[in-house]
Amino acid sequence: MLDIQTQLFEAQDIRLGPIDHDTHPEIESKWTHDAEFMRLMELKPVRPLSPAMVKKQYESIEKEMDEQKNLFYFTVRARGDDHLIGKAAIEWIDWTNGNGWLRLGLGAAEDRRKGFGSQVLKLLLRYAFAELNLYRVTAMVPEYNEGAIRLFQKFGFMEEIRRRQALQRDGRTWDLLTFGLLRPEWEEQAKSHE
Amino acid sequence: MKDIYRGKLVRLAVEAPEVMTKAHARWERDTEFHRLADGDPAQLWSEKKIREWIEKEMEDDPLRALRFSIRTLNDDKLIGFVGLRPDWIHADAWIGIGIGEREYWGKGYGTDAMRLIVQYAFLEANLRRVTLGLHSYNARALKSYEKVGFKLEGVLRSDTLREGRRTDGIYMGLLREEWQALQGVAA
Amino acid sequence: MKDILKGQWVKLAATDPEEASKSFVRWQSDSEFKRLLDSGAVGLNSTKAIKEFIEKESDQAGTNLFWFVIRSLEDDRLLGDVLLDVGRWNMREGFVGIGLGDRDFWGKGYGTEAMQLILQFAFTEVNLRRVSLNVFEYNPRAIRSYEKVGFQHEGRLRGALLREGRRWDMLFMGILREEWTARYLTTSI
Repeated sequence: MLDIQTQLFEAQDIRLGPIDHDTHPEIESKWTHDAEFMRLMELKPVRPLSPAMVKKQYESIEKEMDEQKNLFYFTVRARGDDHLIGKAAIEWIDWTNGNGWLRLGLGAAEDRRKGFGSQVLKLLLRYAFAELNLYRVTAMVPEYNEGAIRLFQKFGFMEEIRRRQALQRDGRTWDLLTFGLLRPEWEEQAKSHE
Repeated sequence: MKDIYRGKLVRLAVEAPEVMTKAHARWERDTEFHRLADGDPAQLWSEKKIREWIEKEMEDDPLRALRFSIRTLNDDKLIGFVGLRPDWIHADAWIGIGIGEREYWGKGYGTDAMRLIVQYAFLEANLRRVTLGLHSYNARALKSYEKVGFKLEGVLRSDTLREGRRTDGIYMGLLREEWQALQGVAA
Repeated sequence: MKDILKGQWVKLAATDPEEASKSFVRWQSDSEFKRLLDSGAVGLNSTKAIKEFIEKESDQAGTNLFWFVIRSLEDDRLLGDVLLDVGRWNMREGFVGIGLGDRDFWGKGYGTEAMQLILQFAFTEVNLRRVSLNVFEYNPRAIRSYEKVGFQHEGRLRGALLREGRRWDMLFMGILREEWTARYLTTSI
């Protein structure tokens, strides 16, 4: 039977939504002042961004979504009061081979460690495999982002690449890891959870 | 990982263009600040022009120039700016700093901000050395940079003419190993 | 100082859009070559489009992208191109890519030498810490060449390529500065 009843954007505590150009730049600008969070997410030198700079980024994200058709970007909201929790995206989609890259982050410290990450990833995977019909998804994670590594492992991702010493921060080097999950692996999981 | 934006007295921040424009316009009326900051003639610009520059800088690729505003920790006051212009191939960078608010001169705020940008250069941008220049008549700055660990590397004799007197330009540098040794522990 | 862009059989030279676009147009019609080079669906572009692309890419030369053509030393023939892309200067890592369009020169060590030259450039001139590349499972000749140069296997994206109805892995390889130094600075290249 065709299951189109299951809502793609709704989870227990969170839901996926679009960008709000009026209220989100202010909030995301605050997140960028958290160097620790930004260093988990970014590989370029981190720096705080003003709301005006975040707004520009949002504009270029929507432009890319519209013109290139290889980026699907979501904001993560609390189901209760709809406040902005984080962002999630499937990017750099290679349609010929059916590949996409995942990116997710929960910006506010008080929204972390509540299992929201799992709920976001579950939605993203369903979206990638059941809506975009991708064959595989990939996530790049710095060796020091232990939370992200645990999350991807929990969902059955396999560590596929370890770029030795590709990262340098705080005066030492770290590996850059790539995790991958294939559609048959995801389907197997989905079956066993039913 | 470290909170690399926060020092003892100040933090590295970013401002909305209109806030930074107003601050710069105010600071530029202080000709002493002007003449400590650089060798250009002290000049006044409209807020419109200043804002255009600031907005243009905002669009710069962060790999070309990394700029921050400086805010105090105790009352969150915007007091100046600091930035880094890396030469990636040689892993060196020019540092520029200005404390526009006079009441914060000589009290360690600039030194704290300089410590943060140097730490950023070595721990986040992974550079091997940092470089800066100052006028020889800026004794306060010289003392501050020495405190952070900068070493005198050269003197451009009589490169500046101010009020009928010739003064020197000073170049200073700090190597990563020297900085690490100063931190007491290998950072 | 020695000429770091010159080897025994090939040299790395500047890309002239006029000349290169003519060769690229010829090479792109070889679909085997293109499928060894690109993971996407191969297509055909006009000389004008290719020339404009080369001009545009050359514009950022020296900042993020270092792009050379490969020429034979014997008769100055244009054999292919090789590039070094530094996306994250703060991490001091570069990506390399190479394409030998002229089939007469496949499997004879020309590509291997060009790769050695771009590595030498990356480590001695651009001062990088590591260099990475990716290569397709169905290109054993290239894999062999990269192994010979000193690249280590670092992993594979399982089934990331779909060609002629079959899934293939995309392999990732890397070489660290110390590995390169140990291998090449004791001998002379």
